[in-house]
Amino acid sequence: MATKSYRQALNEALAHEMRRDPDVVIMGEDVAGGAGGTGEVDAYGGPLGVTKGLIHEFGAGRVIDTPITESAIMGMAAGCAMTGLRPVAELMFADFLGVCLDPIYNQAAKFRYMFGGKARTPLVVRTTIGAGFRAAAQHSQSPYHLFTSIPGLKVVLPSNAYDAKGLLIQAIRDDDPVIFLEHKLLYDTVAEVPDEAYVIPFGEAAITRTGKDVTVVAMSRMVHFANEVADRLLAERIAVEVVDPRTTSPLDLDTIIESVSKTGRLVLIDESANRCSVAADIAALVAEHAFTALKAPIRLVLPPHTPVPFAPILEDAYIPGPARLEAAIRSIL
Amino acid sequence: MQLTSDELLRAYRTMKSIREFEERLHAENATGDIPGFIHLYAGQEAIATAVCFDLGTRDHIGSTHRGHGHSIAKGCDIRGMMLEIFGRRAGLCGGKGGSMHIADLDHGMLGANAIVGGAPILAIGAALTSKVRGDRTVAISFTGDGGSNQGTVFEAMNMAVVLKLPCVFVFENNGYGEATGASYAVGAPSIAGRAAAFGMPATAVDGTDFFAVHDAARAGIARARNGEGPSAIEATAVRFHGHFEGDAQRYRARDETANCRRSMDCLSRFRGQVTQSGLVSPGQLELIDAEVLALIDSAVSGARAAAPPAIDDLLTDVYLAY
Repeated sequence: MATKSYRQALNEALAHEMRRDPDVVIMGEDVAGGAGGTGEVDAYGGPLGVTKGLIHEFGAGRVIDTPITESAIMGMAAGCAMTGLRPVAELMFADFLGVCLDPIYNQAAKFRYMFGGKARTPLVVRTTIGAGFRAAAQHSQSPYHLFTSIPGLKVVLPSNAYDAKGLLIQAIRDDDPVIFLEHKLLYDTVAEVPDEAYVIPFGEAAITRTGKDVTVVAMSRMVHFANEVADRLLAERIAVEVVDPRTTSPLDLDTIIESVSKTGRLVLIDESANRCSVAADIAALVAEHAFTALKAPIRLVLPPHTPVPFAPILEDAYIPGPARLEAAIRSIL
Repeated sequence: MQLTSDELLRAYRTMKSIREFEERLHAENATGDIPGFIHLYAGQEAIATAVCFDLGTRDHIGSTHRGHGHSIAKGCDIRGMMLEIFGRRAGLCGGKGGSMHIADLDHGMLGANAIVGGAPILAIGAALTSKVRGDRTVAISFTGDGGSNQGTVFEAMNMAVVLKLPCVFVFENNGYGEATGASYAVGAPSIAGRAAAFGMPATAVDGTDFFAVHDAARAGIARARNGEGPSAIEATAVRFHGHFEGDAQRYRARDETANCRRSMDCLSRFRGQVTQSGLVSPGQLELIDAEVLALIDSAVSGARAAAPPAIDDLLTDVYLAY
């Protein structure tokens, strides 16, 4: 099997689905990178290169460069999804949801329920998250906790190239609106990725390390930190089980509870937020449903309750990292 | 364009249906039996009717919080609408949407929309579907004078011009956004002028004149169907009722609505125009009046007698599959 980057895996998923279904269209800022310049077509291929090359195969009618107009991108995507297309709309940075939340939050997420089950909105919003890019407060956030709290949306957080491809294909084929969050610092990570199309169902967590002593729930880039710490602690015969939910809505709570029932200890590492984070939500669910299985307090490893800072020394301290995770694990053993 | 007498009768039936629907809701709402808020369209019937007159079922419209008229003009079932407004299970949205979210995708009605300025960005999406599929359908967005100031509307107009989308932006200027006058809140001299600045043809018409609106709509729809891109219409009309039912309207001069009903009633204007032309007789219109009244009566009694949603409906229809 070929080794491919997260970026290439996503690109393959898009190409597969566009070949398979003429209703799949891509829209966003610079997705062909961009229209109307004096130089080459597809110079960018998406701001982070994920859509590179697609315009040559599928044309400007289906790989649609838009103005910088996030509300209209998301509204247009919602409108074309409810009338039969399967749009993949790119929101360059998840931070920009501040200027386009309404079409996602009040429109697409609610159509099905509000219209009595008669609408379907097969919309995918691809967006990027993550601190560590030295991009400061308005280009570095990971607000998947906000999306997770909205009924009607599905929220996907691929942590590796293999999952990225299978989850994106599932997202495009899914008939509900999906928020697909790609971590900026994962684009160049590699994994073995099949050439053919495959789907990973939503609501099925992956166990990336097995262990009997403590459960760590981690998402997106944090899964890599969790795996790193698990591998390191193995030398001390501390067996860490790492659970990657892969989707926060739907959430595979069964797998998390099964793991906690085995280990009796739970640590969550989450980049989303200090307050009302996905980690806090999962901790509450575990406390509600598996309290008697716990042998120690639940620990949360989170960013501080601050915007993402710019200076590298501050940003590095902001990111929930392996050192803090390891300390949290040791504190409850 | 000269319409046939059958077409004139069809237009009259639609306008009359909207008027009676709204006037009846005004009365029914006073009984306290309609949950929540309703926003009546009476006074603006000529606009919805004329704009939707040449649309087919597969064409799309996006509406506003004041959406009953658009829904009726686009062919939504009047009984289903009444059931929905009363919050009944058999309503168009199963009682989960209500007045502000009436939608009927089978009739190309993308929904009333309780977010002011919500429709244009959805309508350009429907227009994109048409463009990608090459099916020659068109999409219309309805927006009020209040909504015309929203950023989403500006973004939608620019996107439609950039992508040359088959859509028509209809701005219904009824003089008020909620309680604030359009003369105060719309900074530009006209909404049509502002739309034109985005690079599309835009016309201002008298929204109480069915024929003026119809001519403008026909031109915009033809342009969109022929792949020539978007256009805009500003239709000026009046709101016979308050922003919402229960609105005391103290921001309006005491005789304003009475004067409007006397001098700017699109329905009596239409009646005069078509009977004077000799194409339609007063008797034919009176027959329609009676049929419409009977239909609204039966829709109301049906809605009053109908069952509310089952409690289990609370949890259905959030996702297709989860």
